Amino acid sequence: MNPELQGRVFPPTEPYLVGREKVREFARAVFATNPINLDPEAARAAGYDDVVAPPTFAVVVQEQTLAQLLAEPDSGIDFSRVVHGDQRFTSTRPIVAGDLLTATLTVSSVKTLGAHSMVTAESSIADAAGEHVVTAISTLVVRGED
Amino acid sequence: MAAPAFDGLTVGDMVAERSFALTRDSLVRYAGASGDFNPIHYRDDVAHEVGLPGVLAHGMLTMGFAVQPVVDWAEDPGRIVDYQVRFTRPVVVHPKLGAVVQVVAKVGQLDADARVARVDLTVKVGDETVLGKAQVRVALD
Repeated sequence: MNPELQGRVFPPTEPYLVGREKVREFARAVFATNPINLDPEAARAAGYDDVVAPPTFAVVVQEQTLAQLLAEPDSGIDFSRVVHGDQRFTSTRPIVAGDLLTATLTVSSVKTLGAHSMVTAESSIADAAGEHVVTAISTLVVRGED
Repeated sequence: MAAPAFDGLTVGDMVAERSFALTRDSLVRYAGASGDFNPIHYRDDVAHEVGLPGVLAHGMLTMGFAVQPVVDWAEDPGRIVDYQVRFTRPVVVHPKLGAVVQVVAKVGQLDADARVARVDLTVKVGDETVLGKAQVRVALD
């Protein structure tokens, strides 16, 4: 892996419009049962504008930034050797249907441990007003040649 | 809605417990919902070619459902302010038998100033832990 990736900031992704049915589809796929994830009226009763996305929904938006990283011509990352090591979401507020989200990727660290490399990718996700919503942080392990 | 009161919590309290029965259908459903169409999550031949014991659940699927018992306990998904996991072991999903993942959630730490409870998850298939350092921070009143 190219150590010069560390500190690189990528251009913001195309805006992602969070659809109500996408939130409900994702919620069902992760076995969510809370009505605030599924029922717009329950969400409004709890003070939200529309259904609230499950805590890991941001991965759908983050995915666009990881695609940017893997497509970077000088990354030196062999996608077939990538294993997901760690994942974290740190929220200012939950994602709600109707949000228009943009993600900006920063490669916060690149480390080499023996034959393996580890890259930590932080995707900061903001709404249409530019306010922070959630930061998704992935550590990817790139396994060395066996 | 009656969310749990911060002041009523003690470190070590078990707040939720649930088991999840995964089938291959669960993986296909998650692939569609998330957009992660890596074939190791639905094709045995591809999984075996790359040296895996079988088709695996998406790590992000396991992360996604493991927090749900805490969401139900907190009564509002918006109370989850931070959630992290380490993927320690893959979950192999048998074509007929599926896989059963057991989640136990206990209070790990209490931040009285922020009124945030850290809830630690134990996530296992049988005796094997599949998510390590699985921590959910929940903002409470």
